[in-house]
Amino acid sequence: MKLDLILRIGVKFLLPFVLLFALYVQFHGELGPGGGFQAGVITAGMVILYAIIFGVDAAKRIAPQRMVEFMVPLGVLIFAGTGVAGLLLGKNFLDYSVLAHDAPHGRELGIFLVELGVLITVSGTMTALFYAFSERGR
Amino acid sequence: MVLLTLLAVVTIGVVRTRNLFGVVVLAGIYSLLMASVLIVLDAVDVAMTEAAVGAGVSTVLLLATLHLTKSMEYPQPRKAYLPLFVAVGTGAAIVWGTYSLPPFGTPDNVIHKHVVPRYLADSVKETMVPNVVTSVLADYRGYDTLGETTVIFTAGIGVLLLLKGRRRRRHEDRPGEGGAT
Amino acid sequence: MQHVKTFIGHYNYFITIFLMVSGLYIVIARGNMIKKLVGLALFQTSVYLLYVEPGKIIGGTAPILDPAFKVYSNPLPHVLILTAIVVGVATLALGLAIVARIHEAYGTIEEDEIFAREAQE
Repeated sequence: MKLDLILRIGVKFLLPFVLLFALYVQFHGELGPGGGFQAGVITAGMVILYAIIFGVDAAKRIAPQRMVEFMVPLGVLIFAGTGVAGLLLGKNFLDYSVLAHDAPHGRELGIFLVELGVLITVSGTMTALFYAFSERGR
Repeated sequence: MVLLTLLAVVTIGVVRTRNLFGVVVLAGIYSLLMASVLIVLDAVDVAMTEAAVGAGVSTVLLLATLHLTKSMEYPQPRKAYLPLFVAVGTGAAIVWGTYSLPPFGTPDNVIHKHVVPRYLADSVKETMVPNVVTSVLADYRGYDTLGETTVIFTAGIGVLLLLKGRRRRRHEDRPGEGGAT
Repeated sequence: MQHVKTFIGHYNYFITIFLMVSGLYIVIARGNMIKKLVGLALFQTSVYLLYVEPGKIIGGTAPILDPAFKVYSNPLPHVLILTAIVVGVATLALGLAIVARIHEAYGTIEEDEIFAREAQE
């Protein structure tokens, strides 16, 4: 089918750029618009697009269901862990200023870790939701 | 603003359309127009999130549920006068409430006074992050973001509990099968 | 004349309230569950708009600090609404999962039919 072929080749060409854009949005969230939530949803959207064009089984080869379900609590753990690290080093919960050699660098490192945790949880949850909905209809 | 009028037209379309697939597509268009309006209002982070979440994930989940349920909306057997009255009454009350808001876009609004000048002035000095929305979200108000991440986690766990596993075949004479898989 | 000036100054708020009211109407007046959830999503999105609108300063720019700009729009509503958007999609996902299970249990997602079937039992 000719139309199917155009979609397949076009999407195969486009997907690495979508992933690159998602990582750009995540890491440049401090200098421009962006941050963890947007990057997580774009990453999940990439996996969903791959699943729509090539089938859910092919998508499960690049993002296995076990790994995706493991990512969902891992992000919350990273976030809470950063907070508790502040607690263990002597100051308040979620106080990032003790994580590095001086206060502004510590807070920047804290923001970076927190956004990473949010990215992992959001992308894992959206992909797991899609897998759950599509498995039910088999 | 033209975009807001387009939004109102799309909403009337959603109310009147009966084909559920059309409703989902119109909801996606609504999301895109909302993201454009938010960019005009200088809310760039919010616009990116609304576009990605509303026109992306939300539309995909609605289409997946349509695939699972496969139905079209039935016509209403009775005229809905009481809900219309309730909705219009609530709208009139809120309009009366917003009458005393200052006009759109003035810089001496009260909400620009208390904490925000401190955030805008000190964000780079204290956290070295120029994007004020990210620094407020992850540092000054980081506890709210922890709660929000927990909400996403809980929703994911809830959906996995409800929908994991294959659908069992329904027999004709048994009315309900709501048990656990 | 004063009323016309107020109306033009508040036109954005009036349209937002119209969106809110029509979302509310869809939730309470329509019986199909998926349409109710879509109406709820419209209602939530119009509330986000209602929160962001007073924060805009005409002549300001997006709240990303830069030496070239002096006036910024208020970033505090943006933060709260970012949280609200993601919580809204989480709620929508759970609601859709429940609708899918209701359809498996009752065979329909129209409210009237489900009430009739419950009344028969």
